[in-house]
Amino acid sequence: MTATAPPRRAPEAGPSSGKSAAGRRLRPRIVERLRQGGLPYLLLLPAVLAELLIHIVPMFFGILISFKNLTLFYIHHWNSAPWAGFDNYKAAVKIHQPIGEALLHSFWVTLSYTLLSVALSWLLGSAAAILLQDKFRGRGLIRTLFLVPYALPAYAALITWTFMFQQDTGLVNHVLHDQLHLTSSKSFWLIGDNSFWAMVIVSVWKSWPFAFLALMAGLQNIPRELYEAAAMDGAGVWQQIRKITMPSLRPVNQVIVLVLFLWTFNDFNTPFVMFGQNPPHQADLISIHIYQSSFINWNFGSGSAMSVLLLLFLLVVTAIYLLVTSRGRSENDV
Amino acid sequence: MRSSSTSSRLLAATALVAALGLTLAACGGGSDKSGGKSTDGKTAGANSLSGQTITYWASNQGTSLDADKATLTTELNKFTASTGIKVKLEVIGWADLLNRILAAATSGQGPDVLNIGNTWSASLQATGALMPWDDAAFGTIGGKDRFAAAAIASAGAAGQDPAAVPLYSMAYGLYYNKKMFADAGIANPPTTWAELVADGKKLTTGGHYGLAVEGANGAENIHHIFVLAKQRGASWFDDKGAPTFTGPQQVAAVKQYVDFIASDKIAAKGNAEYVQNQTITDFATGKAAMMMWQSAAPAIASHGMKPGDYGVVPVPTQTAGATGDAGVTSMVAGINMAIFKDTKHKDAAEAFVKFMTSTDEQKTLNGKYGSIPPVTEAQSDPAFQTPDLKVLASVLSKSAAPLPQVANESQFENLVGPAVKSLFADAAAGKPVTDDSVKAALTKAQQQMPAS
Repeated sequence: MTATAPPRRAPEAGPSSGKSAAGRRLRPRIVERLRQGGLPYLLLLPAVLAELLIHIVPMFFGILISFKNLTLFYIHHWNSAPWAGFDNYKAAVKIHQPIGEALLHSFWVTLSYTLLSVALSWLLGSAAAILLQDKFRGRGLIRTLFLVPYALPAYAALITWTFMFQQDTGLVNHVLHDQLHLTSSKSFWLIGDNSFWAMVIVSVWKSWPFAFLALMAGLQNIPRELYEAAAMDGAGVWQQIRKITMPSLRPVNQVIVLVLFLWTFNDFNTPFVMFGQNPPHQADLISIHIYQSSFINWNFGSGSAMSVLLLLFLLVVTAIYLLVTSRGRSENDV
Repeated sequence: MRSSSTSSRLLAATALVAALGLTLAACGGGSDKSGGKSTDGKTAGANSLSGQTITYWASNQGTSLDADKATLTTELNKFTASTGIKVKLEVIGWADLLNRILAAATSGQGPDVLNIGNTWSASLQATGALMPWDDAAFGTIGGKDRFAAAAIASAGAAGQDPAAVPLYSMAYGLYYNKKMFADAGIANPPTTWAELVADGKKLTTGGHYGLAVEGANGAENIHHIFVLAKQRGASWFDDKGAPTFTGPQQVAAVKQYVDFIASDKIAAKGNAEYVQNQTITDFATGKAAMMMWQSAAPAIASHGMKPGDYGVVPVPTQTAGATGDAGVTSMVAGINMAIFKDTKHKDAAEAFVKFMTSTDEQKTLNGKYGSIPPVTEAQSDPAFQTPDLKVLASVLSKSAAPLPQVANESQFENLVGPAVKSLFADAAAGKPVTDDSVKAALTKAQQQMPAS
């Protein structure tokens, strides 16, 4: 299934270039090299510059600030904030001290939230993509409907969910309690223990169409003949999914799971819109925890140190994930 | 080939993760173009203010940002007509205002004049981003004596020049529904907390509640527990600015407030998640008979409740007729106006503050927003002689105290406010709220306070 690109060849000079061979020889070699190999870099230059300005430079300053004691007393002259060495990092990792303990709690909440959200999103996306693989009347309409959460502006959708989760007048309690009588009293969804589950539900609703879209595209690349041959050999639907669909989708799944993991782990919009800048303890995601440390408590040094730690964690997780999944694939390829 | 592709993937993934991760690191750190430094008008003379353009960040005081823009633009046009100074107005919602100010303070790229919540005064003063209002500066706007003393006390740390000038003042009062009281056979509104709870229990019946509270709103929680602690003679910071959250009076103050849901049961459990002024809705629609709120008349009217249908009295005290700290019934609420220290148009900015704090403008603006003018001369205007505003003005002058004017005040609001919210959530879920659980929550908040 691997597409192979034809080998690149240097462009040949046309016979009617209008310039003499002697003139071409006089050209400096570097210009010739640039003409041949530099064009891609030249075209990439704007993107590289934008990347530097938008991502790399702020990241550099973020790392710099993490070593400073940048509190409200210094934000107007932040260059003069005293150096803190590793104090901000020490405070963040001392898990028996209040700041470290709160960060660790936030980390576990975030990890649980991410794993649940990614697993459920992938499961729903896979199931829907496979079920909608065969042609039937109305398939296009259902596909479009399934993609609606992905197309909606995040804030508008999240605010609507917040209304739906309200205890007194929300739609969720109206259905669960008033109509179906499943609960003895109206539950709280935006405060207390349920706030975590409310957040997971919204996250899955928001994320699964992405998995669905990517997997649907991946399924298009699996030749129908494989299924036909398997069916002739007596393979049932589950066997076909296990032996053909899933192995063929492996590269797509690898990317989907990684991207969803990173997006969800860094999710800021969901808790911020649902709970404001002070989410319940049970829904204290790490992104908003860092935001609070920086912008609510006005300690940008501490917030930056936490950001750097988060970055390092995600780098390690990503590297391990890719190593493990690549090794698995290599073995399968043999 | 495989190892090469693996390392390429690793490299690409590293770049991806770095890009995602730094989004957090850089979150909100950018300067704001809309708040960029204003420039001199081309027609300005070398020494003339006429033709200069200043930028003004206004806070949201009316029903919407657009309504505020319309209200203020009318007034700003008067200013431009009389001085020739143009004002570039931006009305900023409360959710964004502090972040915008912080970004401006960090980058030095901010407005010339801005509104701040008066409880932020000392914290923002500590950043050094605001121009100190010394006697000379106050001289340009008619002197410090024109303003109510309580309002000036809420404009910066004691012993320092104020960081801002009072613009709108507000105070808390107890709003009560006259018909619901009459129906329950209650002749007079409560003056002590014991009476309030007793009345509240009579009024809590048939889906209606005695009281509504904004349980998930951290700032509201802070304002009430400040008063309840003050009435017990306790403060949330000592003289050196160190937090004193865990004292028995502070614990009792928080417990008394949370008990409105937990043990008194005079407020609906659903109040524990109120954060978007649902309290006013409940009061104005007759779902709750009482609420403690600041200058609520315009908001109540927007829900269709007529001024004659409700009354306003001072918030209760622990004992009837209490005086001094025990008689404090409100924090000094309000909005201050500050000049950004990095302004290149200091004179024009001062001229604008002078205009906004002039007696006539104070009458106009406070009249529109239902607040009380901090300029004492303007308070005698008939617009502020309505029964509710007379009560609130009296509270402001006699029984209101400023929130602690210490640099770490904002952290106090952001740690203790959510702690109270969390206790309300426990109460709503039927979990017990005890002295120990309150103390544990306050201890945790205090441990996270930065060293002062």
